[in-house]
Amino acid sequence: MPVTAASDRLLWKRRTTAQQFAAYAGWLALVALTVFAFQVMTQDTIWFFVQDAPRQAADLLDRAWPPRWSYLDRLWAPLWDTLNIATLGTLLGIVIAVPIAFLAARNTTPSLVIARPIALLIIVASRSINSLIWALLLVAIIGPGLLAGIIAIGLRSIGFIGKLLYEAIEEIDESQVEAVKATGARGAQVIDYAIVPQILPTFAGVSVFRWDINIRESAVLGLVGAGGIGVQLQSSLARLAWSEVTVIFATILATVIVSEWVSAKVRGAII
Amino acid sequence: MTTPGSPVAGRRWKRPPVFIQRGWLRLVVYGGFAVYLALAISTVDVNWSRVAEGLERGWRFVEGFLTPDFTSRSTDILKGFVESLTMTLTSTVAGVILSIPVGIGAARNIAPLPIYAVCRAIVAVSRSFQEIIIAILFVAMFGFGPFAGFLTLTFATIGFMAKLLAEDIEDIDETQAEAMRATGATWWQVLNWGIQPQVLPRLVGLSMYRLDINFRESAVIGIVGAGGIGATLNVAMDRYEYDTAAAVLILIIVIVMAAEYSSSWLRKRIQ
Repeated sequence: MPVTAASDRLLWKRRTTAQQFAAYAGWLALVALTVFAFQVMTQDTIWFFVQDAPRQAADLLDRAWPPRWSYLDRLWAPLWDTLNIATLGTLLGIVIAVPIAFLAARNTTPSLVIARPIALLIIVASRSINSLIWALLLVAIIGPGLLAGIIAIGLRSIGFIGKLLYEAIEEIDESQVEAVKATGARGAQVIDYAIVPQILPTFAGVSVFRWDINIRESAVLGLVGAGGIGVQLQSSLARLAWSEVTVIFATILATVIVSEWVSAKVRGAII
Repeated sequence: MTTPGSPVAGRRWKRPPVFIQRGWLRLVVYGGFAVYLALAISTVDVNWSRVAEGLERGWRFVEGFLTPDFTSRSTDILKGFVESLTMTLTSTVAGVILSIPVGIGAARNIAPLPIYAVCRAIVAVSRSFQEIIIAILFVAMFGFGPFAGFLTLTFATIGFMAKLLAEDIEDIDETQAEAMRATGATWWQVLNWGIQPQVLPRLVGLSMYRLDINFRESAVIGIVGAGGIGATLNVAMDRYEYDTAAAVLILIIVIVMAAEYSSSWLRKRIQ
């Protein structure tokens, strides 16, 4: 931290003048880029609609209230489907992610040059593509319905579970591995007795956490035809039946809150 | 399980059960889960002839991935990516700027109770509704296009950043703020010199992370009409142009990977 001599005393500053200027230049560049991006983004925006938004919002609220609670009766089956998509999808994700995590971890991978990069690529690809996009693809390939939703959630979960799990495997205490190896254990036994017990709490916590996220995601998959409560949402939106949409939103919100509570309880019990 | 250190002849050590120690409870929980699984799987009815038909399409999609078509819809792809990228940057900047006051207000150690309650409420509302649901509402209010997407992502960013920032401020080393107060600093000065230097590096890191998330989300909200690359992808899927869809997906993965590498590089440079 630089101290400069002013006319009569020493003056402390946090940065040198050059550092200060570099920081200002960086911020200026960011502001310029943001303003430019905003102009590019809004060049096609019809500002009349934006000005009109408060009136539209009031109109929307007017039509959305009061909620048509009788519609709730038709939501139980799709809600059950949504829960199943999330749970079965999470299980599918776990089944695929666990071997991939072992391939991706530096200390358990069979080959650093071939297996590890492939496993990492699978993890990145799964993480970059949202479950809604996976669902869009799968509905086109295997048709609308629950199965597309389950596979979409499963494929999306691989990256999340795989990444957190392989990081946990890399952080294990190697001395336990040594100890089990010293008893003459085979490769599979080393994994079973030395590695698995160490990563099990992380694994359980991550799985439950992902299940919680998947409940949220599976609620909207129906927008592209992949089953669950989103199908109902899509049809109510198409009919502009906003009083039904309110009921659906309330149901989704309640489900999300309950699943968050369950997930927090289970994780608290495990870890 | 026999006590370690007192081996009993003829008996072998058995690993204790992994999660639930009490035998009957373990049976009940695992049994209940098995029943649920059977029920859940039985509700998934798969139209196998549709799947068989789709496999051919799936194969065409794999072929599309091997021969992605970047050129024939290049104007649409370019427009989609420009919208997504501009939306990502502007909404991250706007969201971070707005999240700072909310985050400061949501930190219990520096905000008075009424402000704390209001800010926590903003965080809770923003976090419990998913981006896609917010996008549906904003498209209904502001019309189709990236402006609705910009508002959606900004809104989602506020909840995310403010929550993490508030937790960070609550976790600071109080002695530094105390030292500032001892010099007679005002509230603003304590914030600027005692707290801001402690949370800034993490704020920068989190902003980069949110930039990454916003880009991924921008690829999705286009499906409900909020602009961005998701709209291009949706159209390509609807027209069965799998090679164009594959090109879009490959570009998304590449951009996400590039963002991941450059953000870790930038984080190292900044602090």
